[in-house]
Amino acid sequence: MFDDFFIRALIAGLGIALVTGPLGCFVVWRRLSYFGDTLSHSALLGVTIAYSFEINIALTVFLISSVVALILIQLQKKTNLPGDALLGLLAHSSLAVGLVVIGFLTFIRFDIMGLLFGDILAVTTDDLLIIWTGGALILLVLKLIWKPLFASTVNYELAEAEGLNPDRAKAIFTILMAAVIAISIKMVGLLLITGMLIIPAAMARNLSDSPQKMVLFSIIGGLLSVLLGLFSSLEFNTSSGPSIIMAALVLFILSLLNIKQSIKLKN
Amino acid sequence: MSLENSTLVKLNNAGFKQNDKWLVEGVSLTVEKGKIVTLIGPNGSGKSTTAKIALGIYKNIEGSVEKYTNKVGYVPQKISIDWTLPLRVHDFMLLTENIKDEVIDEALNLTGVIHLKNKNLGNLSGGEFQRVLIARAISKKPELLVLDEPVQGVDYTGEIALYELIKRISDTLNCGILLISHDLHTVMTATDHVVCLNGHVCCSGTPMDVAKNNEYKTLFGEQASQILSVYEHKHDHVHSDKGEIKKN
Repeated sequence: MFDDFFIRALIAGLGIALVTGPLGCFVVWRRLSYFGDTLSHSALLGVTIAYSFEINIALTVFLISSVVALILIQLQKKTNLPGDALLGLLAHSSLAVGLVVIGFLTFIRFDIMGLLFGDILAVTTDDLLIIWTGGALILLVLKLIWKPLFASTVNYELAEAEGLNPDRAKAIFTILMAAVIAISIKMVGLLLITGMLIIPAAMARNLSDSPQKMVLFSIIGGLLSVLLGLFSSLEFNTSSGPSIIMAALVLFILSLLNIKQSIKLKN
Repeated sequence: MSLENSTLVKLNNAGFKQNDKWLVEGVSLTVEKGKIVTLIGPNGSGKSTTAKIALGIYKNIEGSVEKYTNKVGYVPQKISIDWTLPLRVHDFMLLTENIKDEVIDEALNLTGVIHLKNKNLGNLSGGEFQRVLIARAISKKPELLVLDEPVQGVDYTGEIALYELIKRISDTLNCGILLISHDLHTVMTATDHVVCLNGHVCCSGTPMDVAKNNEYKTLFGEQASQILSVYEHKHDHVHSDKGEIKKN
């Protein structure tokens, strides 16, 4: 069954959507969209290193993204620059370094488009294993840190005062972000991963009145986006990443109708 | 129970500096089980900072804090919640601990906001939100309760009822309370120990001791001093042995 590239892509995509759903909610709640961008841009460097030394892509991307996240945390402590400036600095410089390194690697043929926007042909059986075991691990850890992470998202001081150790939860969450980017890079492409995190979660926000509902709808939205996106990618021969993100966008636009209705009801 | 074991949190000469400016320094105080310690002082005198030191929110402090409990309920003075989060009162009650539904209902009932249980937190009024904050803190059945201006924005009758509730909770749960309030009149009827802050501890003791203190008088004025004395006077009728002190 896994022989068919499309089935592989489908299974990979659905696995990714299960993980980006809940994580994406935290990205929206904690206003981490640009943080996600920074990590995924730095992933290019990870990919080039993986190609040069012939190591696993997901693993290298995970390591490089984690290092960039740590550098960011250090810069935040040591400098007076605002957070968004630091994010931009790291995002673009790591992207630039990645592109320059690619320039030197003339002996390897790169599918840059596939790297940036995702390629359903590239998903191997090994990738499926990484996505599903990695994804299960990410979800398990997220469940373990849910309480302190969510409490500190609502209010840091309450969480700290009542003994939940929010700093540790935040550090672990940063690593989970790097991990989710690592497992979804082949499929969605490094320019569009943040979209996979944010758009289904944003859609879910329009439909939810409690955090649990938002997580649930975000997962459902992500799964639907992958299904719709991959089938249209096959049909119209488009890159998988943009197709999935466009499907997510359509779902988001549909969710806006719900807001309009509830505003009408209030009036 | 020995005196040592009943201590919940103890500040030893504690202080906190931010941007080279002392927010508060040299504070020593102890909160014990079943006792209410009240911090008073003008704006910017370091009351909230002292509470945050006691709670362990501020890390790089001078002096030391000894905390003997992890069961803490906190009602902060300012709370900035991002209202883009879909959060109902019910979800907020479960924020830091999983609490049984009956217990949640009981706490919301006590503070008079049970009808708001399924409302979105962002749609509450200031006073309603304050009542939810208090309900959340007490539903945890904490050993240490830190209340920073807990009744701000609450209507006058509600204010009195809530202070009575706080006193009752301190008795039934036998928890220690660190209370910050501007309302001298109401607060003093319940307080065991008063610490008057003005960047440092300007005086401390029973409400009576503090009322007679000259530094307190210059800080709050003669009228504030009378409020405390009035309370002590009422109190004296019950405990006539203290009446002697009043006459001095």
